[in-house]
Amino acid sequence: MATAIEKCVHCGFCLAACPTYNLLGEEMDSPRGRIYLMKNVLEERLSADDAQPYIDRCLGCMACVPACPSGVEYGDLLVSYRALQEDQRRRPPLDALARKLVIETLPYPRRFRLAAQTGKLSKALSAALPDAFASMLSLLPTRLPPARPIPPVLPAQGARRGKVALLPGCVQQVLAPEINYAAAQVLSANGIEVHNPPDAGCCGSILLHIGAEKQARDIARRNFTQFPADVDAIITTAAGCGSGINDYELLFKNQPEAERATEFSRVVMDFSAYLAELGLREPAGFEEERRVVYQDACHLIHAQSLRAEPRALLNQIPNLRLLEIADAGMCCGSAGTYNIDQPTIAAELGRRKIESILAAQPDVIVSGNIGCITQMRQQLELQGNPLPVMHIAELLRQAYDGGP
Amino acid sequence: MNRAVIEALELIYPSDRLLTRDVELLPYESDALTAFSAVPGAVVLPINEEEIIDTVRLCHQMALPFVARGSGTSLSGGSLPIPEGLTIGLNRLNRIKKLDPEQRIAVVEPGVINLHITEAAQPYGLYYAPDPSSQSICTIGGNIAFNSGGAHCLKYGMTSNHVLGLKVVLADGTVTTFGGESVDGVGIGPDLVGLFVGSEGLFGIALEITVRLMPQPELYRTVLAAYNDLGAAGDAVSMVVASGLLPGAMEIMDRLAIKAAEASVQAGYPDAEALLIVELEGEALQVGAEFDQLLDTIEESGAFEVRVAQNEAERTRIWKGRKGAFSAVGRLSPDYIVQDGVVPRSRLGEALVQINELKEKHQLDVANVFHAGDGNLHPLILYDGREAGALEKAEALAGEILALCINLGGSITGEHGIGMEKRDYLPAMFSEEEIDIMQALRRAIDPNEIANRGKMFPGGEAPALSQHGMHPLERAGLISRE
Repeated sequence: MATAIEKCVHCGFCLAACPTYNLLGEEMDSPRGRIYLMKNVLEERLSADDAQPYIDRCLGCMACVPACPSGVEYGDLLVSYRALQEDQRRRPPLDALARKLVIETLPYPRRFRLAAQTGKLSKALSAALPDAFASMLSLLPTRLPPARPIPPVLPAQGARRGKVALLPGCVQQVLAPEINYAAAQVLSANGIEVHNPPDAGCCGSILLHIGAEKQARDIARRNFTQFPADVDAIITTAAGCGSGINDYELLFKNQPEAERATEFSRVVMDFSAYLAELGLREPAGFEEERRVVYQDACHLIHAQSLRAEPRALLNQIPNLRLLEIADAGMCCGSAGTYNIDQPTIAAELGRRKIESILAAQPDVIVSGNIGCITQMRQQLELQGNPLPVMHIAELLRQAYDGGP
Repeated sequence: MNRAVIEALELIYPSDRLLTRDVELLPYESDALTAFSAVPGAVVLPINEEEIIDTVRLCHQMALPFVARGSGTSLSGGSLPIPEGLTIGLNRLNRIKKLDPEQRIAVVEPGVINLHITEAAQPYGLYYAPDPSSQSICTIGGNIAFNSGGAHCLKYGMTSNHVLGLKVVLADGTVTTFGGESVDGVGIGPDLVGLFVGSEGLFGIALEITVRLMPQPELYRTVLAAYNDLGAAGDAVSMVVASGLLPGAMEIMDRLAIKAAEASVQAGYPDAEALLIVELEGEALQVGAEFDQLLDTIEESGAFEVRVAQNEAERTRIWKGRKGAFSAVGRLSPDYIVQDGVVPRSRLGEALVQINELKEKHQLDVANVFHAGDGNLHPLILYDGREAGALEKAEALAGEILALCINLGGSITGEHGIGMEKRDYLPAMFSEEEIDIMQALRRAIDPNEIANRGKMFPGGEAPALSQHGMHPLERAGLISRE
């Protein structure tokens, strides 16, 4: 059944929540304006090409969804519209090439690892490359971290309280394998048996996000057979995976696997949501007070309504002081492939976010999403600031070990 | 738009702040009243007051009609573009230029969002009192133009009671100031600030606004009372006032509005025919005493359930449902008209009964959300624009509700303004002489009638009512309704 989307009543309540409207101050770059543009394209009052730059500038952060009193499911609308337009769209050759590279590499860890290593070489050449490539390359680390292997089954420590499987994801396992490693350790320390299916992989969200619907489906369905049936949950450690999998109902609408896809999405849970629901075994905590800013990932706070859960986990760590920042719900500009597609806006949003965070004077920044983490690190690097940024699972792991 | 005008505008604005292409103009063709739309000739986005002044002077010279626009949240079509005219988007002028906690004032630009003033004043224990439901996005410029109210205006008054001074550019290009920074009133002479506030953009554009800040109440007590009968809730309001209390706010929602708000924010409202929200605020000692009296009165009024917000989170939840109620009605109906009428508080129960009769007569659903304390009704008339004639039918009912308000000794607008929507009802409220005086005043300031032309006064060219068919996104199979 299609998700019911009622009509936008044009009240404007979404404007305040929209990062691009805040930055650019134009109606076309607001959720209300974009819905209006989509409407006019479909009514053939406007050409799709004219409207496209404004639709492209949408971060897909979903901040407008909880802000909307009328219940417009903007996310579903955007994904459907992008997929519809993508078929008919003619992109300039360089754009098309960059996009093809994204589609063909990011979801595949082996290819991406290779590309990342090659990218390392060409990083020096990036100045000579067009913008799209330069921004793509700037995201790559100078050195890829060695992956610490996670055993196929990590046993529960102490009394067993549950059994989960870990969704390995795609980009994250190449750029930051330590996140899933830490997540597995923390789950195990909490009495959870953790399964790590060797052939599971990308959930397809990154492709769905850019309108590559068919490719997204192809890669997503490969996961359907990889997980044990008797797990309490399939855990994601990347915000985008969780919210993308929530959209499987839409992605697999009218497909033979529709039922399986919905079933799959029901079992998937974010790391912080699962642990908060289960209740944390009290960690040792830190010797000295640790000031922490939790940076909300849009696809946790807006798309999955996970605001209280990660904070509840952090508040249970002895000697941790959780700090709140201004505009916590405003996107940091990372947004999937956004920092590749829209580097200027992404950078400005990143700069603003770091400014709010630094005003709270933290010792460490924590987030639940690799995209945000990368974006924060980049911004700090620009300022020469050595402040550590880590995934909430990594901080929890330190808390169990009594600090690094 | 003609070439000469564009060329003149190009001397003021760089190309990224002078919008002329269809894709840039169409999103500006309506504000929050989508029953009307008109494509502007151009939209400009000034970033400082010099640009606004230059623009208005240019409009005056070229006799080009213009409308100022903030966030485009007007419910009366106040910022609806003038066909082929200029829309001046003020949302980028969003600086709070000064905040003086000693004097308890703030000096702000017109594009500052209402709630941002309160947020900036909060560290000093102060806030900006007028709180339209759209306060998280509506701008002060628009609040000035339409003398906006809000739930808490019962105790503290409308925008006009909180504006101390204005720097404005009049429609003929004159730049002047009215009022000042003094909280103790303007002193001698006519109240020109008062004249400008609520003038619906017909006199010009406010460039700089000095507002009064108030100390945050020490304590709030928010009570939610549920009734089996809408009239009983209406009568409860009179009882509360008759008992000598002056709450910060008194709001009523009927069954349909409750349903919409509940679907939107899960406020946990009780299942009832009507809900009354009463909020007491002030010094702890006083609020404590008033609270007991309020509970007694509410008990007497026949409420079947009474809840008291136990903490700030519960209070916020109660208000969130109420403030999002208009837009939430979008969940119940594809289209609706928000009405804004006033009746004397003592005749509230009577008005509700009559609205109910009208609703039966026209066979349309009406959701009622209103600022009960000051008799400001907001019936939302639900209709389906995909049905032929439905909009006209809804408009007819809306007209009868306004007539009812006037007959009961009230007014055709409480806070949304006349704008585009109610201009034809102006003569029902004011005599010919009164309207002539208003016109004479306007022409004295704006001889060309370029500022927000076509609004407030009856007649003139009207953009056609939008005809809604099936939503194109539905036709394309992208959305569906359940």
